[in-house]
Amino acid sequence: MVDARTSMIKERLKRISRIIAVSSGKGGVGKSLVATTLALTLARKGCKVGLFDLDFTSPSTHIILGAKDAQPKEEKGIVPPVVKGLEYMSLIYYCGDNAAPLRGADVSNALIELLAVTRWSQLDYLVIDMPPGIGDAVLDLIRLVKRVEFLIVTTPSRLAFETVKKQLSLLQELKMPIIGVVENMKMNSAQSIQQQTEKLGIAFLGEIPYDLKVEEAIGDETKLLGTALAQKVKEIAAGRLCVDGN
Amino acid sequence: MHEWALAEAVITAATQIATKEKLKKVTEVTVSVGELQQVELDILKFAFSQLKPASFKNAKFRIARAKTTLQCRACGNTWLFTKQKLDKSTAEAIHFVPEVAHTYIKCLKCGSPDFEITEGRGVWLKNIKGTR
Repeated sequence: MVDARTSMIKERLKRISRIIAVSSGKGGVGKSLVATTLALTLARKGCKVGLFDLDFTSPSTHIILGAKDAQPKEEKGIVPPVVKGLEYMSLIYYCGDNAAPLRGADVSNALIELLAVTRWSQLDYLVIDMPPGIGDAVLDLIRLVKRVEFLIVTTPSRLAFETVKKQLSLLQELKMPIIGVVENMKMNSAQSIQQQTEKLGIAFLGEIPYDLKVEEAIGDETKLLGTALAQKVKEIAAGRLCVDGN
Repeated sequence: MHEWALAEAVITAATQIATKEKLKKVTEVTVSVGELQQVELDILKFAFSQLKPASFKNAKFRIARAKTTLQCRACGNTWLFTKQKLDKSTAEAIHFVPEVAHTYIKCLKCGSPDFEITEGRGVWLKNIKGTR
């Protein structure tokens, strides 16, 4: 018995120039906000961008985007709708506001299914919002999408960075490209995360200040793009993704 | 036509196997289709006929329906998906991503959503025959 779907994934992604997984060893560090803001920033710069929420059990990019009634089209597969200028895919189209209690094997199966049947158009970037940790979704992405690049989010907390370090070491061991590490929710001037990141030979992309305005901006992409978080993400995009930072 | 995407996956996988096995002509492709995904077999067959490459020209596509068995991890109960009564939109959601069954289906005995799809999830390439 052969799972035919995995043969199709490369074909489905072949028209996408770069695939960026926004990931973290730890939950609650702001991955979804960084991923959504990065996708919106790239799109506002004129790039063609897709956003794929792979955090199946706790999806939140649809809330950040304010994606209300969007639905994919069924056309020789699944064509993601355009939401706020992004081709947007999420499991929420199929489970709505209900819980999706999935074990590891189910996460793998749903991920393979969506990668195999989603028909993205020609994109400059596909930004993937990953679930926390280094479990099934990360391992499957590494296995099935060999050219995925990781953008890692941490907070200044040692509790977050200790798990992020494990993730970084795994990715380095597997020789996966790491764009760099972003330090989110920064509230002091300590340089510890930057120093430790650089010591590992990984680019430190910058600090995002803890910004109270972000909560108010959830669901409103214009407000979101006006936050200090978005300004920093814009600088990161300019510095690392060859996008004009103005 | 989600079936079209699944047929494309089967043809792509079968072509890769045929190349690896150095098969010049493929004579038979057997596919297992799990009930859970509620695939329209006529559409799947039509998609195969439209998508098959030249080396598959005379290939027979055999489609075997597989019953879906679910087993509750909480109480051990085993039941068949056919016993579930689902509304149209739920059935459609499961058709696209069978794992969302965990959102809508509960164990018939204890009500837990923590069950395993032990058989008959979706489309699998079962066998391929051909000549070298």
